[in-house]
Amino acid sequence: MTGLLWAVTKRDLLLARRRRVEALLPLGFFVVAAGLFPIAIGPEPNTLKLIGPGVAWVCALLAAMLSVTQMFASDHQDGSLEQMLLAAERLEWLVLGKVLAHWLSSGVPLVLASPLIGVLFDMQAQAIATLALSLMLGTPVLSLLGAVGAALTLGLRSGASLVFLLVLPLTVPTLIFGTGAVAAVDAGLSPQAHLSLQGALLLLTLLGAPLAAAAALRISLD
Amino acid sequence: MTLRFNTFAAPSRFYGLAGGLLPWFWASALLFGLAGLYVGFAMAPTDFQQGEAYRIIFIHVPAAWMSMLIYMVMAFWAAWGWMLNARMASMYARALAPTGALFTFIALWTGALWGKPTWGTWWVWDARLTSEFILLLMYLGYIALTEAIDDPRRAANAGALLALVGAVNIPIIYFSVRWWNTLHQGSTISMTAAPKMVSTMLTAMLLMTLSFWAYSFAVVFTRARAIVLEQEGETEWVRALTHSREQA
Amino acid sequence: MLNARGLACRRGRRTLFRGLDMQLRPGSITWLRGTNGSGKTSLMRILAGLSAASEGELKWRDGAGRQLIYIGHSNALKDDLTLGEALAFLARLQGLDDADSLARQALGRLGLASRREQAVRTLSQGQRRRGALARLALDDETPRTWILDEPYDALDRDSMTMLSRLIEAHAARGGTVLLTSHQAVDLAGASEFDLEPWRAA
Repeated sequence: MTGLLWAVTKRDLLLARRRRVEALLPLGFFVVAAGLFPIAIGPEPNTLKLIGPGVAWVCALLAAMLSVTQMFASDHQDGSLEQMLLAAERLEWLVLGKVLAHWLSSGVPLVLASPLIGVLFDMQAQAIATLALSLMLGTPVLSLLGAVGAALTLGLRSGASLVFLLVLPLTVPTLIFGTGAVAAVDAGLSPQAHLSLQGALLLLTLLGAPLAAAAALRISLD
Repeated sequence: MTLRFNTFAAPSRFYGLAGGLLPWFWASALLFGLAGLYVGFAMAPTDFQQGEAYRIIFIHVPAAWMSMLIYMVMAFWAAWGWMLNARMASMYARALAPTGALFTFIALWTGALWGKPTWGTWWVWDARLTSEFILLLMYLGYIALTEAIDDPRRAANAGALLALVGAVNIPIIYFSVRWWNTLHQGSTISMTAAPKMVSTMLTAMLLMTLSFWAYSFAVVFTRARAIVLEQEGETEWVRALTHSREQA
Repeated sequence: MLNARGLACRRGRRTLFRGLDMQLRPGSITWLRGTNGSGKTSLMRILAGLSAASEGELKWRDGAGRQLIYIGHSNALKDDLTLGEALAFLARLQGLDDADSLARQALGRLGLASRREQAVRTLSQGQRRRGALARLALDDETPRTWILDEPYDALDRDSMTMLSRLIEAHAARGGTVLLTSHQAVDLAGASEFDLEPWRAA
């Protein structure tokens, strides 16, 4: 069962590697979008320090949503997705494999780039570390929820923008706990409560989202 | 006339029965509404702290209740339609969504109307209003998704899944928003800081809730009938109906 | 192998067919016939388990429903993978171990061994179709059911003969085949199934 999961992940990562530029577009968006804020709001360091975590998180969220339709779109077009539905193993594992590949190729780069954003917003070292950690716990949730949205909007013309509307409300909790963790560190408190809540959310989403996404795929391909 | 549970299951029978019940629902909505408004605006006492402006809660709170209730009912019928392949249930769910969205919007709007005279701002990011806002987004998402899909079965089932995922997430979202609100104690303004409830106030709210409930039935049934006609357009009974209308 | 009763298919407001009964026996080759738009593809997708029928029931003999190969109009080969990689992945989806060497053998049987390391993107239509059909040449112990939608499309004369031989050999081993084809089918022991009687007015 898990053998097929790794096979799917490896395949998707291989495909991403062969289209490297496309795979890195979300990262580019993340950095550019975040960089617009100081220009728009003004370079006052205290203001930037305040909005930094929030800006980083929202831009990460938007970047994740931009790339999420790609999870199933290509497979849907060439018929691979149908074959996955017919596979010997449960669809949920295949979905999990695809989500893992998506997270590794577009979520992890965001986590690694977040210190850069932190520096641009004049954040403290500890705050930057907490930001990266909160994103590490949060970006998998974004990929998982995004998978459900992408599965529901499979093949629709307005699919990409629709995914935003469908998934963003569901990402509010992880956004709140993620930014809350950094705010706590800034205030000299421990981020433990926030990060634990994020971890709990990750576990819940890990259990529920593949099921929902698999059901959504079956509905969309009916 | 005995109403069996699956009387409403066939679209044709729903169409007839719902049509018969419509005038009663409209009448109830009107009567309860007038009664509620009278009790709320004429009979209930002036609040010590907030003056006359507080009376907007007689619309705000029932609207908020309805917005939540309708979402749950919508998710229930959508899931029913999906699991049991029941077309009428799915049509009913689609008919519920716009009304639920409307009540959410009314709750938000009356929330703003309450805020302005009481605290001087049009909008307050307190836990309840923020949650209502997110609920509105979830309604809009459901409507957008079901409208974007052409095939009725896929649209209904996809909507059902979305509504269920939303329903499961609502407690989590509400909890996180409250958490967020207590952290950012910028203002101690809260919509839950309502005036102490005198019995006439409760009566008014109850009457308004009943009015909104009857109104919902009236509007949702009307909309559901229209959806039935649209989706069952190729069947005999619809053809006969439109034919007899044309001849009349 | 398969017993289908009372199947109905509704696409939006139109009913394609209703009350359809069909049986597929092990070792049989069935040629599904019907006019364009009559619901052949819809029926095949229902039998494969991709779609749910609006009415009726499907009964497979002991879990054989999970052991089928469905090849539709699309080839399910990813453009950016090599032919070998793409076929190996499909083999893995089927639950076969040692997918890489099985894929290599299958490609050899279909005369595509030289194309194994080439990206699918660079192959011709006919080569891609043959690559998709190579799934049928994978060494497999299970006598699966093959549901093939227009498998002869885009194939040249030699490849068509090769496919026919593959199908006949599969049926001889006890496998079941259901296929559509708008060209005349030259298969030993093939029976016809006409969709017309079940079409809704």
